[in-house]
Amino acid sequence: MSPLIDARHLGRTLAATVPVTLVRDVSLSIEAREFVALTGPSGSGKSSLLYLLGLLDRPTAGTLAIAGQDTGRLDERARSELRLTTIGFVFQFHFLLPEFTARANVEIPMLRLGRLTRRAARARAEELLGGLGLAGHFDKLPEQLSGGQRQRVAVARALANDPPLVLADEPTGSLDSKSSEQVFAILRDLVRERGKTILAVTHDLGLAARMDRRLELIDGGLITDDRPGAPDPTPAPG
Amino acid sequence: MRLLLALAVAHIRGRARQTLVAGLGVALGVGFSIAMAALMQGSQDDFVRQLVDTMPHVEITDETRAPAPQPAEAAYDVVAFSNLRIVDDRRGIANPTAARARLEAWVPGTVAPALVTQGVARYAGRDAGVTVTGVEPEIEERASSVAGDFVQGGFRSLDAGGDNVVIGDGLAGKLGATLGDTVDIVSPSGLSRGFRVVGLFHTGARARDEGEVYMALRTARILAERPNVINRIRLRLEDPDAAPAIAARAEAGLGYKAVSWQEANEAILEALVIRNFIMYTVVAAILLVAGFGIFNIVSTITHEKARDIAILKSLGFAETDMRRLFLIEGLAIGGAGAVLGWAIGYGLCLALGSVRFEVPELGDATRLPLAWSPWHYAISSALALGAAGIAGYLPARRAARLNPVDIIRGAT
Repeated sequence: MSPLIDARHLGRTLAATVPVTLVRDVSLSIEAREFVALTGPSGSGKSSLLYLLGLLDRPTAGTLAIAGQDTGRLDERARSELRLTTIGFVFQFHFLLPEFTARANVEIPMLRLGRLTRRAARARAEELLGGLGLAGHFDKLPEQLSGGQRQRVAVARALANDPPLVLADEPTGSLDSKSSEQVFAILRDLVRERGKTILAVTHDLGLAARMDRRLELIDGGLITDDRPGAPDPTPAPG
Repeated sequence: MRLLLALAVAHIRGRARQTLVAGLGVALGVGFSIAMAALMQGSQDDFVRQLVDTMPHVEITDETRAPAPQPAEAAYDVVAFSNLRIVDDRRGIANPTAARARLEAWVPGTVAPALVTQGVARYAGRDAGVTVTGVEPEIEERASSVAGDFVQGGFRSLDAGGDNVVIGDGLAGKLGATLGDTVDIVSPSGLSRGFRVVGLFHTGARARDEGEVYMALRTARILAERPNVINRIRLRLEDPDAAPAIAARAEAGLGYKAVSWQEANEAILEALVIRNFIMYTVVAAILLVAGFGIFNIVSTITHEKARDIAILKSLGFAETDMRRLFLIEGLAIGGAGAVLGWAIGYGLCLALGSVRFEVPELGDATRLPLAWSPWHYAISSALALGAAGIAGYLPARRAARLNPVDIIRGAT
């Protein structure tokens, strides 16, 4: 089976008078059920790489296949569809829609996909939220929840359409240590118990150390990949 | 779609006051457009009705569209004629009885024959040029608008024994004659006869009140020395709008020129078309201005909700979804405004309809003429929705193109 993420020589350059390179020649592949940390100093291109892998941005070089599909050949609509079914996002800030209740926020991706009836979507949203310890908070608006609770709602939303891949951008970055630990545990359980694949950007090396595999970026280039048997990520000189 | 609606409602509710202002802008635009259209249409209908009422719907005269061919043309193959001697042409509609019968067979309405000639009315040393119309009183009563304008007597008074005439009150004033006086009328050929005034009418049109004289067809023929002749057939139709078709058919059947009221008043009707065009241009302009309000609010929402747009896109919403979302918002505001505008328009029409004008010359008060038509409501709301669609689409397109990464980066 093809890997979930298969990136070859991926690059992203912002066109400007002096072009800015965000991501430089990154090749990596991530298999199902991996729990991967993406680390690096600020401005190293971690988030940029994550957005490329999450189809929020288009690479200026290289190829990217998600779940065996060459994304370079997909149009905007097909990329949206792939994002909807295959990728769940968790950001540093919860990014919930403020006018909608916790349950409604989780329902939105399901209703957009349209595979479930409204009733079934509602039941699934409640099940997901309940599973993350949010039973009893279904009808609360985001502003009525604590930071940790909001982030858990965001995780539930990312899981709404049961995507195999969850991309997290500093998911614990804005939380206190207790909430942070809670969210980390949830992510780990997703891999261990539900068979998800998680790629999480973090600058917390302690957290990264507890994950299964670490990728390290510096200046947009991949310098470390401690996956057993992974090819040497350092680009050949010249 | 329901999901997009729910999102649109949430956005609109978050900006309730501004949305209300934008919606009210549309509502006022639609409302005033409806009231204006009702007033314009009403006054136009009123005007046309008066126009139609005062004249025959179709008038057939003893003329032809093209000049009659010279008899010599039929006889000789020549290029030009000169010095042709004029034969005294006995004009008039040929075979009047048959012509009438043929028309009566199919025309839905009244067929009124007449002999129209010129003359001079003299009384007590004063005289005035008049148009003398010989009519059949019983038919004329049904066919002519003058029948309703009699101050004293009527067309049927002409049926009394002797030579009788009905004249306008303006002419009566000019001559100093009153009901019962005998007025001399001199024909173009110099024949003079005395006629007793048996009726006075007042149409309100001075030219008619001072210049028209009606008498029985029989006496008009004697005065004009043209026995058995008529030179006009006037049709009063049940449906005035059918006049052009009926005129065309009558002209084809009889060979004489038949002029519908529409043809006779082409210039006026053309002016009305231009007036309507101006009105709808103004309506469109009003609603375009109202559209700016919508553009403003949808623009504001797209800016305010940039983060939501980024989130929705990261969840897997496509650009078309985003475009639709904001288009829906624009149309929703426009649609709500249009519905409110119907109420405002209806209210304005009621208010305008209750305004009374006291015109001293006419005894009774007149009201503003208003026409009610569902078209006014449909057209103004269609224009409003069109403006709202454009006003929503422009910011929607920009919002759809928004790159989620820019927003997400900005937030972190």
